[in-house]
Amino acid sequence: MFRLGGEGGEGVLSTGQLLTLALARAGHEIYTFQTYPAEIKGGHANFQVRASEHVLLSQGDHPDILLAFNEEAFQKHHGDLRQDSVVVYDSDSFPRQPVFAGISYGVPMTSIAVEKIGLKLSKNMVALGVLAGLFHLPREAIERVVEDRFSKKGAEIRQKNLAAVQAGFAYATQQLTKRDPYRLEGVRHEKQELVLSGNESLALGALYAGLKLYAGYPITPATDIMEFLAEELPKVGGVVVQTEDEISAIGAVLGASYAGAKAMTATAGPGLSLMVEFLGLATMAEVPSVIVDVQRAGPSTGMPTKTEQGDLYLAVYGGHGSCPRIVMALTSVQDCFTGIIQAFNLSEQFQTPVIVLSDQYLGHRKATVPKPDTTHIQRVERVQPTGEDLQDYKRYRFSASGISPMAIPGLDGGGYVATGLEHNEYGDPAASDPENHFRMTQKRYQKFTAVEPLANDAVRAYGVEHPEIGIIGWGSTEGVIREAIEMATAKGYSVGALHPKILYPLPLGQLTPFIKQCKRVIIPEVNFTGQFATLLRKRFATDFIQLNKCTGLPFSPLEIFHQIEAVAKTL
Amino acid sequence: MSELGGTELTPKTYQDQHPVWCPGCGDFGVLDAMAKAFSQLKLHPKDIVLVSGIGCSGRTPGFMKCYGFHVVHGRVLPVSMGVKLAQPALTVVGVGGDGDAFAIGGGHIPHAARRNISVTYLVMDNSIYGLTKGQFSPTSPMGLEAGSTPYGSVEAPLNPLAMTIAYGATFVARGYSGKPKELTDLIVRALTHKGFAFLNVISPCITYYNTYKTIPQQIAPVPATHDASSQIAAFTLAQDTSRMYLGVFYETTQPTYEERLHANVAKAAAAGVPRLDEIMASFV
Repeated sequence: MFRLGGEGGEGVLSTGQLLTLALARAGHEIYTFQTYPAEIKGGHANFQVRASEHVLLSQGDHPDILLAFNEEAFQKHHGDLRQDSVVVYDSDSFPRQPVFAGISYGVPMTSIAVEKIGLKLSKNMVALGVLAGLFHLPREAIERVVEDRFSKKGAEIRQKNLAAVQAGFAYATQQLTKRDPYRLEGVRHEKQELVLSGNESLALGALYAGLKLYAGYPITPATDIMEFLAEELPKVGGVVVQTEDEISAIGAVLGASYAGAKAMTATAGPGLSLMVEFLGLATMAEVPSVIVDVQRAGPSTGMPTKTEQGDLYLAVYGGHGSCPRIVMALTSVQDCFTGIIQAFNLSEQFQTPVIVLSDQYLGHRKATVPKPDTTHIQRVERVQPTGEDLQDYKRYRFSASGISPMAIPGLDGGGYVATGLEHNEYGDPAASDPENHFRMTQKRYQKFTAVEPLANDAVRAYGVEHPEIGIIGWGSTEGVIREAIEMATAKGYSVGALHPKILYPLPLGQLTPFIKQCKRVIIPEVNFTGQFATLLRKRFATDFIQLNKCTGLPFSPLEIFHQIEAVAKTL
Repeated sequence: MSELGGTELTPKTYQDQHPVWCPGCGDFGVLDAMAKAFSQLKLHPKDIVLVSGIGCSGRTPGFMKCYGFHVVHGRVLPVSMGVKLAQPALTVVGVGGDGDAFAIGGGHIPHAARRNISVTYLVMDNSIYGLTKGQFSPTSPMGLEAGSTPYGSVEAPLNPLAMTIAYGATFVARGYSGKPKELTDLIVRALTHKGFAFLNVISPCITYYNTYKTIPQQIAPVPATHDASSQIAAFTLAQDTSRMYLGVFYETTQPTYEERLHANVAKAAAAGVPRLDEIMASFV
């Protein structure tokens, strides 16, 4: 695993991105993680990429290789290094040699950039060449991604950056004596893979789901969903609107969906807070809608560039009155693609808002994923009234499933008023009928009895089948939990995990037997209070063990493994 | 809501249940004028969507036979935009009151105006909050003694016409519910305008702020000499509060939001619309 650290604006992130692409093109599985300062320039930035011949489940625990652009980066990260880690540093930016027991290579990256290239900014390209030379990364893969990156910047800039990579490569291969064992030659691959971030995967999935209108307001860490769609959606006949605020965004989504178009918005916690009133209308008027929340650390403005699983209460309970909606949580970059398609299908089938929770950790990391098979993607459409229905059209007709046919404007005889007022079967206000409010509320909840079996189907299980120690996770912690379970089972512990994808309604058919049969159940969550644990406590009188992290950073596999070990000792 | 009777589109075609407004409410006149305007333009009810906010005016869609979306307080314009973008062929009319439009929803007006989305925004302005039983509103005169202002309002009223002209709305007009023929004509003009049409309709509240006696003395038609194609002239006229002018203050033709957005779609199409799998291939 590589970790790159430096001053924001020094090119840490772009170096990391190029390294990632080159590794992926050379056939490696990759898994990135980045933290970046809230400032556009300055502040400490770091980027991490883990590469392997095998499928990667998490960002890992300890860096094998640290590239430090300055002394601060070394100071910040050397605590995470092991004895056998390697440090590569810009000796020009270090006033003294780093104190490190392992192997370190000092390279005068700044001087090489200034003297050989005449472009101080190209220091990060020198670094990229050094990494390639030292660790046997395929040189042509590195050069190709650099050429691609600078292809639009003109021949001179492209040549200078390429020369910088070559100068770094030459320095590493000619001036340094390799003393470490790390080698990353190319790997041959049979299957085709994509390299993309969680947000990109989600946006791509939305296109396949049949998205026609996206409305959103810029907010970290969700903005790149809008930017991707702004480029791509018009190509397939859809439109993107950057609205004046998040309230307007969800308003436009509901208007478009009411008029028959599949519509979506994506935001982060502050935006979801603003959307809550409209969510109630979507439930009440039964308008299909997809709302993505790429969670960041809250409350309030919180830490926009850091991760948290802190919006679950808001997603499940936000709003006044009895206001059910489907809540999903995406688990991996691959799942962002399939999960968002399922979200659209559920919203259409059940005529309800679907809140899709992602987070900064998942949305902004890149991973290699198998190219999805797009030939069998199912697209569900809302049920529309038949000719017979239109004889006496009741938009909100009572039915066993709670679902009633939804007319689209333009359909003769289907005129009705979708309203946030309590209404009768025709959609007419019915506040003076006490029995009606009960029956309509029941109708809106009735729909969810058919979602629960789907929620059960969407649960994934890992580890041993009848474990003594159970783990229930949700959202982006899936890979980290799986890796921790692999560590634990290798040590002989009896551990297994359930990972639901649909959190409301709860997949009780899966959770109940699992919770009953485990001796102890650990619930790891990247939040302070244990929001999912709290939801589960309402249904289960179990003494769950909470493992909470609230630092803006994701779990590492070891943190979960240590908890498993601690619990195992008490059994 | 029942089926359409005949094929003839008379004003009655559009009217449904009897409104629950107070007898004498100005909104009755607005409703009648809307039905007449739809009838004159031979709009089929299936092709009309009324989007309304919260307040007495918010109930309007329920009293008409067409499609309606009665949304949350103040958010008529975002929802109207969504409807129009999903189905540009529909006639989309947003209706709200002065509280819905200018207080809670005021932040959306500049953006609908500068985008120039083809939505007719019809604000029934009675200068009072009626449904909450009489509090001062953004268009109440300074000094108005009302539910929440027992010592008189200490806030200056805003000027909806000057405001929307300044925001760049491409059609700005004022009507009066007590002048049904003129109002019908204004609604027809607003509905046929390409782009965002703002129509402020003085529609008195007979129960909480009865202005039926004073308004007839204030109103006057927009002077025949007024140049409605000039934004400056329109703004000057809107600032002249010595009279309550009725008619079109400003009208200009600009490309609409939906045209601009769909031009982007066409531009993307001209570059060769990729199959979805080609978009995916950019990640390989």
